Amino acid sequence: MDNKFEWVYSEKVKDHFMHPRNVLTDEAAYNADGRGIVGNIKCGDEMVVAIKVDKKKNTIAECKWKTYGCASAIASTSILSEIVVGKTLDQAYHLTAKDIAKELGGLPEHKIHCSVLGHKALRAAIEDYYTRNGMTNKVEEEKAHIICQCMNVTDIEIEEAVLEGARTYLELQEHTKLGTVCGQCKDKAIQMLEEYKKKHFSK
Amino acid sequence: MSKRKVYLDHNATTPLHPEVKKVMIEAMDAFGNPSSLHSFGRQARRLIDDARDKIGAFIGGKAEDIVFSGSGSEANNTVLNLLYCAARHCEAPHTKRHQIITSQIEHPCILEAAACLEERGIDVVYLPVHKTGKIDMDKYSSVISDKTALVTVMMANNEIGTIQDIKEIGRIAHKHGAMFHTDAIQAVGKIPVNVHELGVDYLSLSAHKIYGPKGVGALYVSPGVPFCPFIRGGHQERGRRAGTENTIGIAGFGKAIEMRVTEMGPEAKRLSSLKAKLKAGIEKNIPNIQFNGHPIDSLPGTLNVSFFGAEGEAILLYLDLEGIAVSTGSACASGSLDPSHVLIAAGLPAEEAHGSIRISMGRDNTEEDIGYTVEKIALVIDKIRKMSTVR
Repeated sequence: MDNKFEWVYSEKVKDHFMHPRNVLTDEAAYNADGRGIVGNIKCGDEMVVAIKVDKKKNTIAECKWKTYGCASAIASTSILSEIVVGKTLDQAYHLTAKDIAKELGGLPEHKIHCSVLGHKALRAAIEDYYTRNGMTNKVEEEKAHIICQCMNVTDIEIEEAVLEGARTYLELQEHTKLGTVCGQCKDKAIQMLEEYKKKHFSK
Repeated sequence: MSKRKVYLDHNATTPLHPEVKKVMIEAMDAFGNPSSLHSFGRQARRLIDDARDKIGAFIGGKAEDIVFSGSGSEANNTVLNLLYCAARHCEAPHTKRHQIITSQIEHPCILEAAACLEERGIDVVYLPVHKTGKIDMDKYSSVISDKTALVTVMMANNEIGTIQDIKEIGRIAHKHGAMFHTDAIQAVGKIPVNVHELGVDYLSLSAHKIYGPKGVGALYVSPGVPFCPFIRGGHQERGRRAGTENTIGIAGFGKAIEMRVTEMGPEAKRLSSLKAKLKAGIEKNIPNIQFNGHPIDSLPGTLNVSFFGAEGEAILLYLDLEGIAVSTGSACASGSLDPSHVLIAAGLPAEEAHGSIRISMGRDNTEEDIGYTVEKIALVIDKIRKMSTVR
């Protein structure tokens, strides 16, 4: 297409979108050491990440994925599958959505949420590996509970949003996007919002 | 080598008709203020009056029934706003009526304006639609009453193309003494629209959907019905819409309508045939799909299709890379995660609505375009499904 009419995405996003790397084409035949799945198609995005582990070095030897999602979701998982190879499980486990967006040369603000699921799926895959290999002590018990199923928003994120300044349900939605799909979590979220406000800000 | 370019997003906007462009370029010299009495002003006034004549005649009304606006959205907002205005200020016959009836699949400019009225205490009923996008007439008949001030239902839906039974909806509105408005922005110039046959009190239209310029719309206001200007100020448009008229845009609008007189009929036939080819091509080459909208009562050039296991924005952007422009009601394209309100209202599960695209054809599209599009869509869907969690 004409170069003068740029996409909203960076060239790197475009490259990974056009030429996705490490796609998990035959999941049944793939002998993964760990597998994670997050999101759901009802909400729009769903990702599967499967890893093979170099057990001697405790590093990720291979990372494959499948994504149902938009360009930024596809590109995020694609680049993730490249950057985690060679990283120790611990390093990979602690990658953040921000790291992924940075690798991609940035994402438009309204697309950040699409990159979040990739690292969550990777985390789930590593946790699956830990669990399969009797290393449950390595699984970080965040004690997070998902409050908004559609957007995968946990109580921890709600607390963070409150600490970052969300005071009303609308502001909470702006921060976390919770309740923006089916809305069934609204009452619960409002209750938690009030609890965290009380916990951190009541005199 | 430059890639083939196929524009299939005519419901979003259309390219300027070459004849319209010519008229607009000529109109650029008519710089006088149409409200001025001198010759410069009269020259501009003449252009506006000509356009008003053409537009009025095209929809079966009189020139003086046409109020120009800055967009179709403004025309729609004007109608909803006048209800509030009439109820609160003008002692119009509708003072005691505080309900509007609309549908769940209206354009956002109607839904947002209605939501604003709701906040001001007006009761709004959003009628559900059947799977084909047709209004649930039983529900409509059961909610309308002598409390209904206005019924506003779009004539043809922008996303799925479904055409409503406007005449019947209007008849029922009038039986209960309510005013009736139709947003005919996607209909005028594509299918026959006659304000008298339809029995509408207000009708909105827009230039840029019919190869005219952007930034100019119009509202048909039936003689004698309540009216309040949405934009106040000068006495332009006989006091019904203040602001110096967009002479160039209005002249272009008039020419666009004039071109429709001869082009609409043959074009509708041609587009219907292209649509049938497109539909057949998609059906033949791609499994797990579903066409949305009404199978017969639908705009000739509009086709909405869901591809299971493929997300709308991804489809749109892969097609863009092939030079094909379509649109999607997919949430992800806009940043919000809500899928198209129209498809959801038509009963599609969210997972199908996410993977839907709208293909809207126009006067320049050819059979070759459709062949190319079918070929590319098949490749794109296959590519996306191969990496999708859902096959």
